[in-house]
Amino acid sequence: MRRNLPFVLCLVPALARAADMNLSVEIPALKVAEYHRPYVAVWVEREDHSVAANLAVWYDTKKADGEGTKWLKDMRQWWRRTGRDQNMPIDGVSGATRPAGQHQLRFADGKPPLGTLPPGHYELVVEAAREVGGREAQRIPFDWPATRPVHLSAKGSEELGQIDLDLNP
Amino acid sequence: MKHVLARAVLCAALVLPVAAQAHKMWMVPSATVISGDDAWVTVDAAVSNDLYYPDHFPAPLDALVITAPDGSIVKPENAATGKYRSTFDLPVPQKGTYRLAIVNQGLFANYEIDGQKKRWRGKPEDMKSAIPAGAKQVQVSEMANRVETFVTQGSPGGSALKPTNKGLELVPVTSPNDLVAGEKATFQLLIDGKPAANLKVVAIEGATRYRNAQGEMDTSTDKDGKFSFTWPNAGMYWVNASTEDTKTSVKEAKQRRLAYTATLEVLPQ
Repeated sequence: MRRNLPFVLCLVPALARAADMNLSVEIPALKVAEYHRPYVAVWVEREDHSVAANLAVWYDTKKADGEGTKWLKDMRQWWRRTGRDQNMPIDGVSGATRPAGQHQLRFADGKPPLGTLPPGHYELVVEAAREVGGREAQRIPFDWPATRPVHLSAKGSEELGQIDLDLNP
Repeated sequence: MKHVLARAVLCAALVLPVAAQAHKMWMVPSATVISGDDAWVTVDAAVSNDLYYPDHFPAPLDALVITAPDGSIVKPENAATGKYRSTFDLPVPQKGTYRLAIVNQGLFANYEIDGQKKRWRGKPEDMKSAIPAGAKQVQVSEMANRVETFVTQGSPGGSALKPTNKGLELVPVTSPNDLVAGEKATFQLLIDGKPAANLKVVAIEGATRYRNAQGEMDTSTDKDGKFSFTWPNAGMYWVNASTEDTKTSVKEAKQRRLAYTATLEVLPQ
């Protein structure tokens, strides 16, 4: 029994390192007269643009009578691809809007909201829409699962800043 | 006097068809793609030359029929008719597609009685009692005119777009609220529920005031009554088709004029 212990200890880190994706989304600080935090959606699309996973939706969850849902459609692509089929809030996916800055998200293979993606080519999409502001979507193509650590990125120009996607096998 | 009257009638006969072509009837909703089940839309309805500026005549709301996604007929709120436009509000609590239609179907008669020129508009079954026995110069025509727009809360769907199989109607192949610039959209036109083949269809993008040309796009329906447009830009589009036939409901009417108009919103990519 005692002999087996080092083997078990070896196994634990291996299990903990299941494939995952670490995402960093920057919401830029904007000097505008009237600033509202943007609505942001993050999702994974298959090659045919169907949605493989909804990863995050940040919207105004505090307004009375769910009035914050009124502007979800402004994330036009997300709304068309998947948003209009959802009942808000989405458990484990949706949450409140976030302030300007870098936001770290981690998604693990086999666990919601990422689930188990069949091997293939995908696109991560980040879309932001801001009240009395603009709208922007950025796409990062990737292959899943990664066979070695992969760093990918995109840079928004208006409503999104730096987006980093790190894939681990 | 008789001479003057004859000239007036002639003028009307000459002017009316032209006027009917030049002026466009439309409804424009404040939004067509809606999220949140407590949302409302507000709608303008008018007859105008420019799209979409009410500059001529308000559209009458007495023939407004709004069908909810569950197929029920719902009433507009805050309906009002002003000098140049009619307006109404519509709450859209149901998920799916709402059809907003101004449906003018029926008979139009011109006649003279005791030297007076009279006009009548109504249903075929009422014509006999409506036009006095001594009426002269009775001219009857039939019209089936439908002006529509669509609003969708959540995903497009529901039963509001089922055809009534009366007059000229549009059946979606592409949802009328899932239109995006650069993408092709396909629809089908039906006459009395049957495919309307070889019919000319035009589409004109709104905001005509800010350009020199009408920018009319033309196409024709195929043998199945289907037609497609690939939208060059995001915006509101006025889509129209018209025709005539002899399938009248009373023998006094020689001709039936059919027209279909829709305002469709195309969103950016």
